Amino acid sequence: MKEKKMMLGNAAIARGVWEAGVKVSSAYPGTPSTEISEELVKYPDVYAEWAPNEKVATEVAIGASISGVRSFATMKMVGLNVAADPLYSFSYAGVTGGMVMVVADDPGLYSSQNEQDTRMVCRAAMVPCLEPSDSQEAKDYIKYAYEISEKFDTPVIVRTTTRLAHSQCEVTLEDRVVPDDKVYERNIAKNVMMPAMAKGRHLIVEKRMKDLAEYANTAPFNTIEKGDMTIDGKRIGFITDGIPYQYVKEVCPNASILKLGMCNPLPRKMIEDFAASVDVLYIFEELEPVIEEQVRSWGISCIGKEIFTIQGEYSANMIRERVLKMDLDLDEAPQIPPRPPILCPGCPHRATFSVLKKLRIHAAGDIGCYTLGALAPLSAVDTTICMGSSISSLHGMEKAKGFDYIKNWVAVIGDSTFLHTGVNSLINLFYNQSHGTVLILDNRTTGMTGHQDHPATGKTLSGEIVPAVDFKKLCEGIGIEHVREEDPFDVDALTKAVKEEVNREALSVIIVKAPCALLKGQQHPYVVEPLADKCVHCGACLQPGCPALTKKEDGSIAIDATMCNGCGLCMSMCKVGALQKVKR
Amino acid sequence: MTKNIMIVGVGGQGTLLTSRILGGVMENAGYKVKVSEVHGMAQRGGSVVTFVRYGDSVAEPIVEEGQADVLIAFERLEALRYAHFLKKDGVLIVNDWRIDPISVVMGAQKYPEKIIEKLERKHTVYKINGMEEALRLGNSRVFNNVVLGMAARHMDFSLQEWLDVIEKTVPAKTVEINTKAFMAGYEH
Ligand SMILES: Cc1ncc(C[n+]2csc(CCOP(=O)(O)OP(=O)(O)O)c2C)c(N)n1
Ligand code: SF4
Ligand code: SF4
Repeated sequence: MKEKKMMLGNAAIARGVWEAGVKVSSAYPGTPSTEISEELVKYPDVYAEWAPNEKVATEVAIGASISGVRSFATMKMVGLNVAADPLYSFSYAGVTGGMVMVVADDPGLYSSQNEQDTRMVCRAAMVPCLEPSDSQEAKDYIKYAYEISEKFDTPVIVRTTTRLAHSQCEVTLEDRVVPDDKVYERNIAKNVMMPAMAKGRHLIVEKRMKDLAEYANTAPFNTIEKGDMTIDGKRIGFITDGIPYQYVKEVCPNASILKLGMCNPLPRKMIEDFAASVDVLYIFEELEPVIEEQVRSWGISCIGKEIFTIQGEYSANMIRERVLKMDLDLDEAPQIPPRPPILCPGCPHRATFSVLKKLRIHAAGDIGCYTLGALAPLSAVDTTICMGSSISSLHGMEKAKGFDYIKNWVAVIGDSTFLHTGVNSLINLFYNQSHGTVLILDNRTTGMTGHQDHPATGKTLSGEIVPAVDFKKLCEGIGIEHVREEDPFDVDALTKAVKEEVNREALSVIIVKAPCALLKGQQHPYVVEPLADKCVHCGACLQPGCPALTKKEDGSIAIDATMCNGCGLCMSMCKVGALQKVKR
Repeated sequence: MTKNIMIVGVGGQGTLLTSRILGGVMENAGYKVKVSEVHGMAQRGGSVVTFVRYGDSVAEPIVEEGQADVLIAFERLEALRYAHFLKKDGVLIVNDWRIDPISVVMGAQKYPEKIIEKLERKHTVYKINGMEEALRLGNSRVFNNVVLGMAARHMDFSLQEWLDVIEKTVPAKTVEINTKAFMAGYEH
């Protein structure tokens, strides 16, 4: 009997990639896709790496495919925007060895800056899109994806969502089967996308999508479950894809269900036949009405976004209430203090933001743990759009309003984000004569996504020790004259540095260096304790908003020793010496 | 039959480990199991929820409002936040411990008073101060197994089934202390 194992959706994807005989994988972290690479690197015979960004990762996979092996790239959905350029043109070129990308969407915005729907990108880029609905399917669909990729000469996207990526269920394990490498042959009509060739390829791509749509009508992953469920005497049916399928099964196991394992292109004939077999047709798809709009365009009437939401995750209760019209008699959610995510106790970003707050400096922000500096009480970050945008938007402000305006602004950007796309922005500031100040928050890791290595940590995905990118030399190499390194916990020195650099009419970079508090060995051997007899109840120590500190009823301070990291930031805020370090 | 369990707490408290132990116990007992976890942003000190569902067949991976048979809360305010997910006859296991959200730390909002008493009026509640027990054992981090031990008393699996899975799930060096923590809750 084959071995079975409980697996996270992302672990099952990694297993599928391995079983499919893939030889090269490249990725950039992003919730909820990150664990795929972390699992994949544990398998022998697959080369898996972290790239500095998603465009690079995709191009690595493209190169591997052209050389004739099966290749893989994975990212979160906003990462696909960064990788859009190679994707759209590689869609024209098509593959040599199979090439599959897993792109993870985040309906409900658990960890993202928007709620975009990758299925729309797949339509625009004319690539097939598969959508598993549990861990077992996640593994199986990866293997289908490679077959489709090679049969139809196309990159294939497997789209997952947070719920799929981070749910576990049982998966049947199979062996790795490595197909023979395809033979690379020089073929510029296929592999060189210049106008004359691309014209021809565009026609081929159109035909490919027609062929795929035809294949979709009988493909093994598009399935119909015939049911006899009726409402008010009418037979009801659902067309659904991905995780929403599970909610339909939960509530209406006896309804007719057309489950789309591939949402691009759609199996038109199959859908028409299914629609004709029911009286009321519901389209139950999270995010955009991708299936619904196409189905309607074929003159089929259906119910979709008029009763289901575009924003947010779906649920079984949504079907109970809006389809079955059940009164669920649920208790209201209580009105109590919310608990948003915050910077950890001992986080170096808290020290940096305390300094900016004290100096009343606005920060053009970026994406990472430090985005949390936007929230009270630090309230230091003013803007966050996408990775890399802090630096370039600061430049735009200066060009719009002049140097005096940006004297009380800085750009803050994490180390991983700086290498992702921030470095291009910095080159623009140098080239176009900016006078801004950029703070690279170098905490030696990609914190937000769960502590991945990057080109400046000196370690690869597989744990190999390699030379690290040196930020100071990198910035100096660009030609920037004023580059300095500071320790954020030396609050006075950082204050002085920021004051000097924002007032200097020249481009400057401050590399703010201190490791993330959650990295191994970063817990100090002591904790901080309040001295009740010295405390004047001023609350200065509370200003940075460390969650280990609380103010008691009488105004005195309590520190939760199980949470305190011993960083000493609160001590540097206290003017009367009412806090002391004691051994853990 | 499908049973629904929720574990709620504050990011960093280790809800993930607990849901994996729960999932393991149910899987060993031959059930179909789905576990749904939270990774990423919410782990930074925010409110976190994980779900474990088991039975003869399980479709959706999450537990919705009004559906939980057992709610395990690692913190009082989080117990209050998610109590409406319980079925009318559901059981609430709460770690009698307080972690202030940032609005409370800064004095902008008040931490609600008498949470457990309030919850007891509506639900069957079992409470334990897992942190106190864990500190007594010498490692605050194992408090979640104290709470799990108490929860285990209200579920249909034998002590041995729990201990087997704990041994397989926690890091080898910590099996002993985690088992002790579990027993402290189980025998409470
Ligand atoms: C284009 C894109 N790719 C990936 C992500 C996911 N993501 C969010 S923050 C982050 C990196 C954070 O690392 P760093 O800049 O070092 O800051 P830290 O969290 O360590 O403070 C990543 C990869 C994203 N939001 N956008
Ligand atoms: S994970 Fe690291 S960088 Fe992120 S908030 Fe915590 S200490 Fe700060
Ligand atoms: S209580 Fe003070 S020393 Fe401890 S983590 Fe918070 S700021 Fe740092």
